[in-house]
Amino acid sequence: MNNMPAILVLAPLLGAFFACLAAWIQKQLSYYIALAAMAVSCFAAVSVLTDVITSGTMQYRMAGWAPPMGIELRIDLLNAMVLVLISAIAFVNLVASVKNVEQEISDRAPSFYVMYLLFVVGLLGVTATGDLFNLYVLIEITSLTSYTLIALGDKDRAPLAALNYIFIGVIGASFYLLGVGYLYITTGSLNMADVAVILKGIQGSSAVLTAFILCILGVWIKMALFPLHVWLPNAYAFAPVGFARVVAPLMTKVMVYVMVRLMVTVFGLEYIFETLNLADAVVWLAVTAILAGAFTALFQKDLKKMLAYIIVCEIGYMVGGAWLGNSLGMTGAILHILNDGLMTFALFLAVGNIIYMRRQTAFSDLSGLFAAMPWTMAGFVLAGLSIIGVPPTCGFFSKWYLVLGAFEAGAYHFAAALIISSLVCAVLFFKVFEICFFEADSGAGDHNPAKVITEAPVSMLASLGLVSVAIIAAGIYAGTIVDTIILPFLQ
Amino acid sequence: MEILISIKPLLTVLVPLLVIPILVSSSQKPNVREAWIFGAGFVMFFLVASMVPAVLSGSKIVFTLFELAPGADIAFQVDGLGMLFALVAGSLYIVTSLYSIGYMRGLKEHGQTRFVSFFALAISATMGAAFSANLLTLYLFYEILSLATYPLVAHHEDAKSRISARRYLVFILGTSIGLVLPAMIYCYHVTGTLAFSTAGIFAGQLSKPAATVLLLMFVFGFAKAGIMPFHSWLPAAMVAPTPVSALLHAVAVVKVGVFSIVRVITGIFGVDLLAHFNLGVVVMVIASFTIIVSSCIALSQDELKRRLAFSTISQLSYIVFGVALLSPSGQLGGVIHILMHAFGKITLFFCAGAIFVATGKKYISQMKGLGRQMPVTFAAFFIGSLGVIGLPPTGGFYSKWNLILGTLEAGQTIFMVVLLVSSFLNAFYFLPIVYQAFFGKGKDDLSGARVKIQEANLCLVLPLAITALASIGLFFFPQMFVDLITLGLNL
Amino acid sequence: MSDILPLIVAKYNFWLYIILMMIGLYAMIAKNNLMKKLVGMNIFQTAIILFYVSIGYKHGATIPIIQGGHGGHSAHDAVIHAADYINPLPHVLMLTAIVVSVATFGVAMALCVRIYQRYQTLEEDELRMRVSERITHE
Repeated sequence: MNNMPAILVLAPLLGAFFACLAAWIQKQLSYYIALAAMAVSCFAAVSVLTDVITSGTMQYRMAGWAPPMGIELRIDLLNAMVLVLISAIAFVNLVASVKNVEQEISDRAPSFYVMYLLFVVGLLGVTATGDLFNLYVLIEITSLTSYTLIALGDKDRAPLAALNYIFIGVIGASFYLLGVGYLYITTGSLNMADVAVILKGIQGSSAVLTAFILCILGVWIKMALFPLHVWLPNAYAFAPVGFARVVAPLMTKVMVYVMVRLMVTVFGLEYIFETLNLADAVVWLAVTAILAGAFTALFQKDLKKMLAYIIVCEIGYMVGGAWLGNSLGMTGAILHILNDGLMTFALFLAVGNIIYMRRQTAFSDLSGLFAAMPWTMAGFVLAGLSIIGVPPTCGFFSKWYLVLGAFEAGAYHFAAALIISSLVCAVLFFKVFEICFFEADSGAGDHNPAKVITEAPVSMLASLGLVSVAIIAAGIYAGTIVDTIILPFLQ
Repeated sequence: MEILISIKPLLTVLVPLLVIPILVSSSQKPNVREAWIFGAGFVMFFLVASMVPAVLSGSKIVFTLFELAPGADIAFQVDGLGMLFALVAGSLYIVTSLYSIGYMRGLKEHGQTRFVSFFALAISATMGAAFSANLLTLYLFYEILSLATYPLVAHHEDAKSRISARRYLVFILGTSIGLVLPAMIYCYHVTGTLAFSTAGIFAGQLSKPAATVLLLMFVFGFAKAGIMPFHSWLPAAMVAPTPVSALLHAVAVVKVGVFSIVRVITGIFGVDLLAHFNLGVVVMVIASFTIIVSSCIALSQDELKRRLAFSTISQLSYIVFGVALLSPSGQLGGVIHILMHAFGKITLFFCAGAIFVATGKKYISQMKGLGRQMPVTFAAFFIGSLGVIGLPPTGGFYSKWNLILGTLEAGQTIFMVVLLVSSFLNAFYFLPIVYQAFFGKGKDDLSGARVKIQEANLCLVLPLAITALASIGLFFFPQMFVDLITLGLNL
Repeated sequence: MSDILPLIVAKYNFWLYIILMMIGLYAMIAKNNLMKKLVGMNIFQTAIILFYVSIGYKHGATIPIIQGGHGGHSAHDAVIHAADYINPLPHVLMLTAIVVSVATFGVAMALCVRIYQRYQTLEEDELRMRVSERITHE
């Protein structure tokens, strides 16, 4: 039996354990252990993906117990892709963030790395598991670690932001748990595949409907779908940047994945779009989310806050796409999980570099950045263009599928929202570019303003460069990704 | 028709792209940098020229880079139309490179490496647009071109260029995302393909109202063509250094806009469909309006470059006008105006830049008597003016002749009046400049004293002499280009 | 009205957990003091735990410990009826859920301590004031 799926999840878990121990010996050691653990996990994820592409869905029975009694990791094309995304981003971010962690929270670096690993364990577990209750536990592991990590940030505001996040996060998780309870009452099983089979026979049941609504509602709260998003901007903006740039691209995307999983695998698209009459309302909700996110972002005066609201807007893309009720929209939503992960990661990497050099990200602190940090800004511009949706960056291609799906479903309001949000994002980013380009840096001395290049360390730039390449590559190979991963999954 | 598969179109796009890293790395050695630019320019032109015989013999060169979805791939195709445009842009790039050395060094401009790098990127995108095999590829390069030109417009980094760059972006990016993108995706949604074909891609799948809306979205959406009311970015973009105004805002960028409209009219809708719905007239009315109004505005401009910009707006609409005539001569006249106007207008811009470098004068009212000081420049200006007005012995005569013939062919006599009136207006806003320059008396002229000849440096004078002579040459030898267009449009 | 009463009586456990949940939710939304909110959160979670525990219950059943079940002789003779034992799975699940809720509560308490140390208050309105004061001071 191929043990890669287990290694994938267990490597960071064991890594966390040993990193914790190693910190007693030497603080620096815990970083290297974390790095090694993530490298192993990343390698395992890639190998799982290639295996799944060549030989189909993988089922890994934990401790050898057969489902539906035992707990299984069930890895098909969709979560194999998401697993690679998570482990790769977590690994690259570890490389990029070491300097940020030293700068921001050097006294608590080991606990940062331990929590970071546990956070990744949670994300990987959520993605890999084939069990509904397990999913809940792993979501809570992810959430718990992210509460603590967020609280490590800005001393004045982060604890409060984290506490608000806890309140809302608990409600979300509890709704999900309640939904699982109803599912258990009606089906007597917790294994996703098993539940799906049993549900086919009892689609009319109001308990199933309750279960569905509760589960989806819980996931929506966790993913910060408008208007359940209020916790997100503060939590992400005040978190230490080393964590912000992994939680921002991954947390919401994994929750979108969970939604897609629940829709496609557990409840089944037929049930959702043929028995229930919710799709229209949800697409409207997504439209509201997109517009509200984009327009609120317009009023922000801090780069991190602006990006946080852009995330809210992007969540609308994915939810709307998934609920369009056709395979094009779903394709767009799934592709956007990957693409948005990459774009957001690149943006936050650039933000991390800026914070490392400038300490601040208020718009007034960004002047002269093009001259001072040309490479960082190059990456930032590329990621920004991807968010706007300019080809050949990957953002264009997911938008392509989403708009196509919207036309197919006759949801012209959704297409319009996508286009409008692209325009608003263009305004947002070029506003930032203008500040960075036209305004000379007041702090750089008066004689030779902004001529001196003060770039971030090589490790941070290399990470950003790598992700920038990935953004282009994901764009160029969008067709391939759709053909080999998403379409086979949806069939 | 023979189909040849060749990598040459891709290479043409890649050559200027690949030279950019070399340009950046040799930023400290301007002579080496400039040598590379010429190298790239000549290689690119040679590549384009080497494809001419094949195209003239009626074959089509194609190359598919990668596929996004069936019918929507990133692919190149060299046909007569693309070849014509590529020849224009490629040859003028070399001339402009020479000119920009003289201009940028003459004025000791800052950021020359950035300037030449983005210039190379812009020309690469122009080539890509010329060789696009479908609307998606065209859109891709259209957007890259928009973004590559932004730093060039913003080159001076002052408040004025900030406002202009913003306006440039709002119009260009706003329309392309807001109008072209949805229209393009809608076309794909309806037909499942975006490949250009002379028969059009809609096989009776479009009602008249839908076709009208789509056509207008395209015509206005490709705002680089400067159709009113989306024209005002062009005068604003004149803050850029003159080589940019000359090559990009008289040839490459604006012609890409027009070229896109030509492609949409002839390759997406197809002449038959438009004739069937009688939509050519709609476009002609819009174009005529732009022609007349912008000519009138040009009359009132005192700043030479702004007058040239408004003249460009009206001349661009000639091309759209000609193609929308939907008659063979009209289309021939319209498309060949891409070539004729390019050589005429670039000469005029070169002259404007040369005058500015030599004397620092930007306003027409300051130029009285200047012709005696700079006879070569103003002689070239005279030839360029004739080209734009459409008088022999310049190539412009040929296009205007065909346009008028086209109106008669199509039975649109009333539109012939538009052409004649605008020709008079052209003459009114150009010829007095030349007259005043040679025969007028400036304020500081000492009567009777012999004026010393003070031309700008050779790097500036040589290019404008070349393009002026070429403009005359085109009057005598237009046949090859006529053949290209006849083949490209299947006339 | 006459239909609702039997419905409530028949599924009173559902109604109880809903009432508890709403009490918790109310406290989380309406209370000003962070500690009270935390308590509300706990009630909210407990409601769900009780819900799970109640769905495992069966009339007249006993705890699911099969006497001598493991390889013993008696298991061979006595037939085991699932109806005689309550469903253990929801209860086991809730062990995990309790751990999760305790951990969450712990983290939340720690954060409260941190907030109190920084601002000397746990009242939300005062906190909001002091945070904005601190920001403007900078």
